Amino acid sequence: MLGSTAVEKIIANAVGRRVRVGEFVEVPVDFSYFHDGTGPLIIDALKRMGVEKIKDPDRVGIVFDHSVPPYSDQAATLQAKVRKFARDQGIPKFHDLGEGICHQVVPEMGYVSPGMVVIGADSHSCTLGCFGLFSTGVGATDLAYILATGRIWLKVPETLGIDCKGRLSGKVSSKDLILEIVRMVGTDGATYKALEFSGAAVRHMSQSSRMTVSNMAVEMGAKTGFIEADLKTFEFLGREGKTFRTDTKVERIRVDAGSLEPKVACPGSVANVKPVYEVEGTHIDQAFLGSCTNGRYEDLFEAAKIVRGRKVHRDTRFIVIPASKSTYLKAQKDGLMDIFLKAGAIIGVTGCGPCLGVHMGVLGDNEVCISTSNRNFIGRMGSVKSSVYLASAQTVAASAVEGRITDPRRFS
Amino acid sequence: MIKGSVWKFGDDVDTDVIIPAKYLRSVDQTVWPKHLLEGLDPTFSSKVKTGNIIVAGRNFGCGSSREQAALAIKWAGVSAVVAESFARIFFRNAINNGLPLVECKGISKAVDEGDVIEIDLDSGNVKTKKGILRSSPLPPFLKEILKSGGLVEYYKAKRAV
Repeated sequence: MLGSTAVEKIIANAVGRRVRVGEFVEVPVDFSYFHDGTGPLIIDALKRMGVEKIKDPDRVGIVFDHSVPPYSDQAATLQAKVRKFARDQGIPKFHDLGEGICHQVVPEMGYVSPGMVVIGADSHSCTLGCFGLFSTGVGATDLAYILATGRIWLKVPETLGIDCKGRLSGKVSSKDLILEIVRMVGTDGATYKALEFSGAAVRHMSQSSRMTVSNMAVEMGAKTGFIEADLKTFEFLGREGKTFRTDTKVERIRVDAGSLEPKVACPGSVANVKPVYEVEGTHIDQAFLGSCTNGRYEDLFEAAKIVRGRKVHRDTRFIVIPASKSTYLKAQKDGLMDIFLKAGAIIGVTGCGPCLGVHMGVLGDNEVCISTSNRNFIGRMGSVKSSVYLASAQTVAASAVEGRITDPRRFS
Repeated sequence: MIKGSVWKFGDDVDTDVIIPAKYLRSVDQTVWPKHLLEGLDPTFSSKVKTGNIIVAGRNFGCGSSREQAALAIKWAGVSAVVAESFARIFFRNAINNGLPLVECKGISKAVDEGDVIEIDLDSGNVKTKKGILRSSPLPPFLKEILKSGGLVEYYKAKRAV
């Protein structure tokens, strides 16, 4: 029998029959989630659909992460609407302000497991693909349809394999690896496709580092960023599941993680990636460490190693935001927050922070930010005249200390 | 048949320039079309007229899942978007809200701003001054969602059967 890709097998398992690439299928959804940003439109759509009770409140997660705490009266009003919805529908997996970013909280709570079909009303829902499951982002109306019916229509995606050989080392992280991959694939090189990351570099890296990799699959247009589950996956989730493997030939791109240098995505396009040394010395006004891409404990830890005993540059505001409450607690217990505060960093409330350009570090005209987040579109973090460089936690920390873009390898 | 005059944009038009995040948390949804494509042309919302068509390059609508991007375009009166290719979440959001999309290779080169083009959604053909460009029509069930006016209306129609 001909083999299949892991993603085909997961979808086939969900629909109960074999599926072909390119086929449109209605797929039962194991778990869906959304946040305070997409929530209000989901509720509006359900109302227009005439749905009073959602199908299965236990299979839904809601995490408030976009406006934490609300930055305007209107944001607060919309959050109250979602809060009331969660209560009226009896949704137990509801996480109000301050719990963390949805893509972090959902796996931390063990709401998902390998082999599942997971849909989130946020483009970075592709992050969860690194837990050996199929996860993709949709808009509000699709999510409302899932809440009403428990199903979604999908086109079975073709898989593009990204084979990552070698091993990351020193001040080079999985962020540098994924930036290099985005450069190679381009901003639309994986549109409608599933990316599957594999190889020694992926097997060796932590589950948190894998989340960084899968998180940016959407920046190449991909539907998901699949990574086969292993013991690290089960440990992170606190549960096991059904492990699916690709056993057919797919198109592959190869990248050598062992020879990578720190990278930065220059303003305007995530694929505009250069080695850090090529833009070293560029003045920055702000450095941001956080987001669903790089706000995890290991990111804070690596950044703290660089900042420890040093001061943030006087012309730079360094904003640090842990991706979840549990990340925050562990970082605080281990003294990382002390290091950041003493160095002159500003610690923000757990959530998406300034990534989407509405609060907690919005950029003014002509300002420059180096950020661990995932998008550097025009105006993404504030003024349309501002610019954003994307880099690893190490590069952002080194740059915060120097007040200009700096290769983290300069710090021992 | 959809006929209208064209506003032209380039590649990788992302959802942050279509509708910046700072306008999303508004309880007054009529503000969205007022800021349509503000990131690329601050005067666009005052120029765009009902029935106009947006033509763009590759990867239109890339970025976030914000459905407001498709809604802002629709509510500004734009009758269709024709692009070399679309980002997948935007594609879904547009169909789900009854905004017609046509993925049409070669459209950028065949059309100038201000041209009048004609779109036949059934065949996928786009009539330009340089001739007819052929594209794959939407699969039948997506056409059905679009013809219903969106996924909400589709759901209601199915329930009624």
